[in-house]
Amino acid sequence: MRVLVFAAALAAATPAFAQDNQGRNLAASCAICHGTDGYAVSKDMGSLAGLPKDDFVRRMKDYKDGKRPATVMHQLARGYSDAQIEEMAAWFAAQKREVTK
Amino acid sequence: MKRRDFLKLAAAAPLAGCAGASYKARVVVVGGGFGGATAAKYLRLWDPSIEVILVERENLFTSCPLSNLVLAGFATMDDVRRTYDGLRRHGVRVVNDEVVAVDADRKLVRLDRGGDVSYDRLIVSPGIDFAFDEIQGYGEAMRAGRVLHAWKAGAQTADLRRQLEQLRDGGVYVLSIPLAPYRCGPGPYERASVIAAYFKHAKPRCKVLIADANPEITSKGPLFRRAWADLYPGIIEYRPNSTAIGIDASTMTVKLEVEDMQGDVLNVVPPHGAGDIARRAGLITTNNRWCDVDWRTMESKAAAGIHVLGDATLAAPAMPKSGSMANNQAKLAAAAIIELLSGRVPDAEPRILNTCYSFVSQKEAMHVSTVHAWDEKDRTLKTVPGAGGVSAARSEVEGGLAWSWARTIWADSLA
Repeated sequence: MRVLVFAAALAAATPAFAQDNQGRNLAASCAICHGTDGYAVSKDMGSLAGLPKDDFVRRMKDYKDGKRPATVMHQLARGYSDAQIEEMAAWFAAQKREVTK
Repeated sequence: MKRRDFLKLAAAAPLAGCAGASYKARVVVVGGGFGGATAAKYLRLWDPSIEVILVERENLFTSCPLSNLVLAGFATMDDVRRTYDGLRRHGVRVVNDEVVAVDADRKLVRLDRGGDVSYDRLIVSPGIDFAFDEIQGYGEAMRAGRVLHAWKAGAQTADLRRQLEQLRDGGVYVLSIPLAPYRCGPGPYERASVIAAYFKHAKPRCKVLIADANPEITSKGPLFRRAWADLYPGIIEYRPNSTAIGIDASTMTVKLEVEDMQGDVLNVVPPHGAGDIARRAGLITTNNRWCDVDWRTMESKAAAGIHVLGDATLAAPAMPKSGSMANNQAKLAAAAIIELLSGRVPDAEPRILNTCYSFVSQKEAMHVSTVHAWDEKDRTLKTVPGAGGVSAARSEVEGGLAWSWARTIWADSLA
């Protein structure tokens, strides 16, 4: 029941501006390789769901700076500002982490 | 009521009329390719109060990406096919029918068999249709089974594979490429590469002749040239500035503006534009071929309340006509439609990306990537300077990633 009350409170706080969904919208682009909501389909594409925010931000900055080896991500990371990376990071961090078997 | 029972009821409800009382609005999606399928899924994912009806004339999704591997015998038709069951699990009503007319004023689509369906917002993701008339004799040659395009994955993919299997060692395969823009920039060069790979081990005296209407390879040029020189010397012959103007089925000749090309298997990709339903709906705005859109919402510049996705759109600068791009455009449209249906303002600064892979042999691939961001001054999506790029070199690592990308984007779009 507590869950239901919480859900109702969330619904009442529906955002008035699309800007509030920007993290979700930016993150949706990643899904073509990392899976819907960041749940990886293929084991050679890392899951992003539930990744701690700081980890995501650090990885993206390292890709940008060329400090982290990549085939594609160094090219894509440079397409986003630090603020946009923060928004994506917050969105992925808020997804429930996948239970690994 | 349990959710399960509710879904059953929704599925049984008639198509015609207004959105059911339980939904706040209805979106109809025309076409279940990368664009349409992704839009349908993400609308439901992000706002379950929206009813989504997807109209698709095929029973199965067949992916153009990776279908070149089927031609080479490196993958099967089943590998590149998916059902629409995943969308149904998201509560999308998938209707196996064809939209034959759109009435933008009354907000109705007419189905071939299912009658009229009303919508609050319409998404048209029709893919491409061919301008066969621009190549004299094409229709006749196609009906005689002497030329194929195989540029919509499906029956023609299987037909072309069969022709290549039956080709005698020493036979010639001709691939004719139309002027850009066309669906999947690197696609023809990938096709030439993997068919050459098949010839190299199965019938080494066969040749691949490419007649390209473009002045040079349109995508990943240096990487393809390198692969052809390293892997297929003497097998692939490339001729630029060669536009197909006719086909003579009796002599198996592709007539070019300069010098004709004769072969045993003719694979001529005709010039193409937005799928026919876009034309019937009055959505074509440019060069009698493409549909211009507002890139913040994907809404048509020709008709209010109708959003156009994928290969049918008039591409923004340096934007490819690819499955990745259609998938990303679909999410942009889904987000915007949800805001619009709620009386809110859509994301003012959308940013989407493209990543796609091309195989050059059974195992090796390379990619191209771009990031596209809204530019307020020119009011379009532009590539972000400094971002994106191509592979340093072809590799088996990227060949593996290409398969992972494919399985993931199929799931992201359809499951």
